[in-house]
Amino acid sequence: MEQGPAGGSGPAAAAAAAAGTGGLLLPLSETEQQRYSELFSRCCPPPEAAAGGSSVGELFRASQLPPDTLHQITEVCGAKRVGYFGPAQFYIALKLIAAAQSGFPVRIESIKNELPLPRFMALKNDTEVRYGTPAEFHGVKFQVPHATLEKNSYKRTDEGDKQEPKSPPMSPICSPPASPSTYQRIPLSYGYGKARSGLEQQHGAPYEVRHSTHQQDGPSSGNYGAKSAPACSTPNRSLSVEREQQDSSTQYSDDPWRITEEQRDYYINQFRSLQPDLNAFISGSVAKNFFTKSKLPILELSHIWELSDVDCDGALTLAEFCAAFHLVVARKNGYQLPETLPETLLPEYLQAACLKPMRDCALFDSYSEPLPSSQQTRDFSRTEKSSAEEVPDNSALLQDGKKDDKQALKVSTTLKTIPKDFQHLTVKAAAQEPNALRARPRSRSYSSTSIEDAMKKGEEPPTPPPRPQKSHSRASSLDLNKIFQQNTQAVRSGWLPPPPPALPPRPSVSQTEQPSEVELHPQMNRPSSQAEENSSAKKEVVLAQPPSKPARRKLRTEAQGLETPELSPTINVTSSLPAVKPHLPVQKQSSKQKRAIQTAIRKNKEANAVLARLNSELQQQLKEVHKERIALETQLEQLRPVTVL
Amino acid sequence: PRPCDSFCPQNYPLYIRSVPTENELKFHYTVHTSLDVVDEKISAMGKALVDQRELYLGLLYPTEDYKVYGYVTNSKVKFVMVVDSSNTALRDNEIRSMFRKLHNSYTDIMCNPFYNPGDRIHSRAFDTMVNSMMMQVC
Repeated sequence: MEQGPAGGSGPAAAAAAAAGTGGLLLPLSETEQQRYSELFSRCCPPPEAAAGGSSVGELFRASQLPPDTLHQITEVCGAKRVGYFGPAQFYIALKLIAAAQSGFPVRIESIKNELPLPRFMALKNDTEVRYGTPAEFHGVKFQVPHATLEKNSYKRTDEGDKQEPKSPPMSPICSPPASPSTYQRIPLSYGYGKARSGLEQQHGAPYEVRHSTHQQDGPSSGNYGAKSAPACSTPNRSLSVEREQQDSSTQYSDDPWRITEEQRDYYINQFRSLQPDLNAFISGSVAKNFFTKSKLPILELSHIWELSDVDCDGALTLAEFCAAFHLVVARKNGYQLPETLPETLLPEYLQAACLKPMRDCALFDSYSEPLPSSQQTRDFSRTEKSSAEEVPDNSALLQDGKKDDKQALKVSTTLKTIPKDFQHLTVKAAAQEPNALRARPRSRSYSSTSIEDAMKKGEEPPTPPPRPQKSHSRASSLDLNKIFQQNTQAVRSGWLPPPPPALPPRPSVSQTEQPSEVELHPQMNRPSSQAEENSSAKKEVVLAQPPSKPARRKLRTEAQGLETPELSPTINVTSSLPAVKPHLPVQKQSSKQKRAIQTAIRKNKEANAVLARLNSELQQQLKEVHKERIALETQLEQLRPVTVL
Repeated sequence: PRPCDSFCPQNYPLYIRSVPTENELKFHYTVHTSLDVVDEKISAMGKALVDQRELYLGLLYPTEDYKVYGYVTNSKVKFVMVVDSSNTALRDNEIRSMFRKLHNSYTDIMCNPFYNPGDRIHSRAFDTMVNSMMMQVC
């Protein structure tokens, strides 16, 4: 803010004096002076005396006034006459904007009164400011604006069609290389910030109150404006400002699908109001009543439910609830619902970030999750990235230690400093790695804690096949290990929840799928990889859907009984050798174990393929035999004397 | 091959989809007429023996140049699939698995508290699943 006061005193004095052009003395209050001087210096670099027309135009458009009003303002403030926006004209214009936003006519007289600060939608500095916050965590400040802009361009392609810009796209006011993507990001961040501010102020209030967040725009945007530093290319300054004044310390990006701390707290409180035990579920009907209050159409609520209830059990855990709530908030703020759940809203991701302290197996979680996550992000960095930027970040990652609240930070660090090419893949992959981890403790909590759901208990395999020993230093039981591996596979094949007893084909499924895609959508994966699988394996996979329904389990167990016996030995063998991924919970996993398991998997796959071929041949034979039979029967019919009347 | 799915509790369709989309009306008609056959089979079963094998009704009847397969759930929701006869690669167990997938997705929809049984199905996940299944067959 060094420039702020310096700039403030000069132009302010000039404004006071030079306002005589309009024939009036324009009194500016302290806050107004500060705000205006910041805006002015943002619109024009300090050395110049006049603001650039284009940047001023963008700023005015950001005030969301109709164009004719803006024209009027420009005329009245005298810029048209003098041909440029000098400090005086600029300040008068700002005052007029404030007046217009408050509903007064655009006249010189109206600005003589006390007016609130003019409100501007999502100025670019806000986004920079927010990026600055996480940068200070990672100590790579200089990289932040560049990297985040790249990230923006990536994110834009990812989410572009989902978002509706809330204000007309603005060209960046300052110099940094701005891709068109940043235009779209700005309204998102603003809308997101608006949601946040609305939530902050309406803590615990019912849904309807959220509508009134519109009135909160002014103070909040004014807040942001006051916080932002004049020069865009120096986020360092904005860092310090931002850090002091911004409530959320973990809002890394303007990703609208990322839940901030306050939002999470708010959701958790809402969850508590519905269901006091944070580890238990909210039943479907309770959730339905709650979300219906948001007055969204039933179809959209249905879709939100579909997205957020990942295990399709008709009930919401805390993480699912947070995701659903967040989607509702986003929808109410105008964002289109995504087709699939964004990674940041996946229950595993959310749970790790916010639920660890409340989980029963907290000890194991806190140990295992930071460890593998840091390892994974490191592994992923090594395997996928080539830039040298990674090295300092990795060391930063390691140095950050194993604190739980740094989990998401690590992921986002990886997100931020990755070169654009790898970003897409790595984001998804990095997000998936934590997901894999989150899935494991999550299922563990299900299996170990009996509170939640009687249905889930049925997931435990009745006779767990023997598995190679993973030397978890803190493994609590053999079952848990198996479930980890099962879940690893489950997540590998998509965002499926804790696996059912009919696990066996999943290793092969996930193995074949993993190299091809890192997508979240399992159904898309399955068709693509089915060329390699036999139909019965396919059936197994189909059966291996979320087991939480008694009907399904019944179907599955019976189907298993009906399956050809030759497959069952294969199944047992397959299940005994789960897929192994590089990121095992314990760092000291021996690679030779991995290799052994991989060879076993390959053998099983071959066996599967052989059996599949056999099966298809037999099916073919069966068909032919049927045809022959039909032919013979028709012949018989013809030969038999006609006796029917 | 032109598969076409439809679910009909109380004999009105909750969901109908066909690929490719020409002659769609003909398939709709076929599905409706096949409901009779389904009802026949259900009533023929008699007792309430509803293990999974009997949920799958198998080939209802081969007509003209396509085959109709049926499947009924415990709650009397019927799934009907019409497949081109020229698609000889489609074996019985594949049909079974497709029905099972349909059934699973249908139960997922049921879990959604915002879904009222008897509504038309608008679930995007379900659509995706059905589309992928049909694409795979074609």
